[in-house]
Amino acid sequence: MTSDRLIAWTLRCYFVGALLFIFAPIAASFVFSFNSDRFPSLPLADFTTDWYKVTFSDPLVLAGFRNSLIVGAVASTIATALGFGAAYADYRYKFFGKKLYLALALLPPTIPVVILGLAMLAYLSRVSLSGSIWSVAASHVVMCAPFAMAIIRLRLSQMDPSLEAAAWNLGATEWTALRTVIMPFTLPSVFAALFITMAVSFDEFAVAWFVSGLQETLPVRVLGFLQGQVSPRINAIGSVVFAATITLIVLAQLLLMRRTAEPAAAEPEK
Amino acid sequence: MTDARGGAREARPLRRVPWYGLTLGAPMLLWQVLFFAFPLMFLIALSFWQVRNYRLEPAFLTANWTRVLGSETFWLTYGRTWAYSAIATVIASILAFPASYGIAFKLGRNAQRFAIFLLVIPFFTSYLVRVYSWQVFLTDAGIVNVLLAQLGIGPLPLINTLFGTIVGYLTLSLPLVILLQLFSLMFVDRTLIEAAHNMRCGRLHTLFAVVIPSARVGLVIAALFCFILTFGDFVSPLYLGGGEHATLAILITDTTKSGQQWPRAAVIALTMIVTLLTVAFAAIGYAYRRPGK
Repeated sequence: MTSDRLIAWTLRCYFVGALLFIFAPIAASFVFSFNSDRFPSLPLADFTTDWYKVTFSDPLVLAGFRNSLIVGAVASTIATALGFGAAYADYRYKFFGKKLYLALALLPPTIPVVILGLAMLAYLSRVSLSGSIWSVAASHVVMCAPFAMAIIRLRLSQMDPSLEAAAWNLGATEWTALRTVIMPFTLPSVFAALFITMAVSFDEFAVAWFVSGLQETLPVRVLGFLQGQVSPRINAIGSVVFAATITLIVLAQLLLMRRTAEPAAAEPEK
Repeated sequence: MTDARGGAREARPLRRVPWYGLTLGAPMLLWQVLFFAFPLMFLIALSFWQVRNYRLEPAFLTANWTRVLGSETFWLTYGRTWAYSAIATVIASILAFPASYGIAFKLGRNAQRFAIFLLVIPFFTSYLVRVYSWQVFLTDAGIVNVLLAQLGIGPLPLINTLFGTIVGYLTLSLPLVILLQLFSLMFVDRTLIEAAHNMRCGRLHTLFAVVIPSARVGLVIAALFCFILTFGDFVSPLYLGGGEHATLAILITDTTKSGQQWPRAAVIALTMIVTLLTVAFAAIGYAYRRPGK
């Protein structure tokens, strides 16, 4: 018995160790963003917010920030709309070539980003669409839509299909049923998809680097800093972006958690 | 799920166009064909084009293929990329297993959920920022070496080495590998494990004879994703590995960005795709192979 507990505790400690490895760089970047040394190391030097001031008064960073916000907003909206339609089509219909349809919808995240970036750059410049933030947005939709679709599809699979059928039998048109039955039920997952795809787009650097040309997004700017001198500015940007993305993810999580509470409350009426 | 109304309506002589379903389902198809399938297919055409006076011209030349595939540097890089990814895949799979096993079997439900939440967070933090942060840890005067010096060791060459590259690869892949392993371990039938214990099968023997075979699909898929992720990454080998020993992904960015040789980059990209598809089919075939007894 005691050796069982020993093993259990060893494994738990091991997992904590793995978490330390995973979170060490994130934590360090936060700590060093307030550290005055140009070449960060131990022991820590003085506390300073200078890196934030320097970084967020840099016009290139601000332009990148703005571009990233626009791209994130546009890409996540389109990706979520596409994802919703595709998730619903998969939930509702059987049709010829469905497997191919699903493959096309879900495959993009498995293609290495350098390949996707090169393909997008070559293709978009052929149709004179490269070098603008819209080309970044179009590529990000490709990469984000599968996530949106998966999240919304998961929610739909928790729905009783007879609910929609009941609405039709009571005389609702397909569109009315969609608006009054499907939409309210999937709304939390739609918002979750919106937030998560925005977070994905906000951190994507490789494809953006290939297709953005001079219209850098924030991660592309970070890549620029990385190529240049060692610069604690990366820590400042990283910490701000991390705070923003984590807020989005926690919001998405809270929205998705509500699903467990909701049906239980509605149970008695059944 | 078929059309749920099917039974309620009369069959019609002419099938009307299902505008409703098309309006919802078609946009995804359209977008992914236009901005995903076409670009990838265009890579094939591009690999036969030529660059003249810094401008792309449509052509049908096999020169790009013979040039890239005939170059020793390419095959050296190809072999290196393979080796790096294989090393990272083995290390990540081995390092991840005790963690995923611990979460699956030694944590309560709530702790499990929280663990999953923690493992999802890294996907939404900037990979670039984390790589930069590792630079801070691994340089000669960095955190790790400062700590080692207290013990009278070092400074060890941690950055600009294979070790640095692997640390970066693990940063990229470890959370995903743990999660994918975990999802398969969580579905291992507990009664099988109890049965093995009842039959006086030792712990380690149970692990290798019952748990790992039952979770094989997930374990192989996890390894496959690690391989795919690291095979296409240019950040770690460049900023943690020093970039002296290029991988295929670095070769693509160099050929595209500084060389302006898009057709040759397309050749490299297509070779990568073929390689990854082969590896993926082999891995999935192995994962679902029926135990040969």
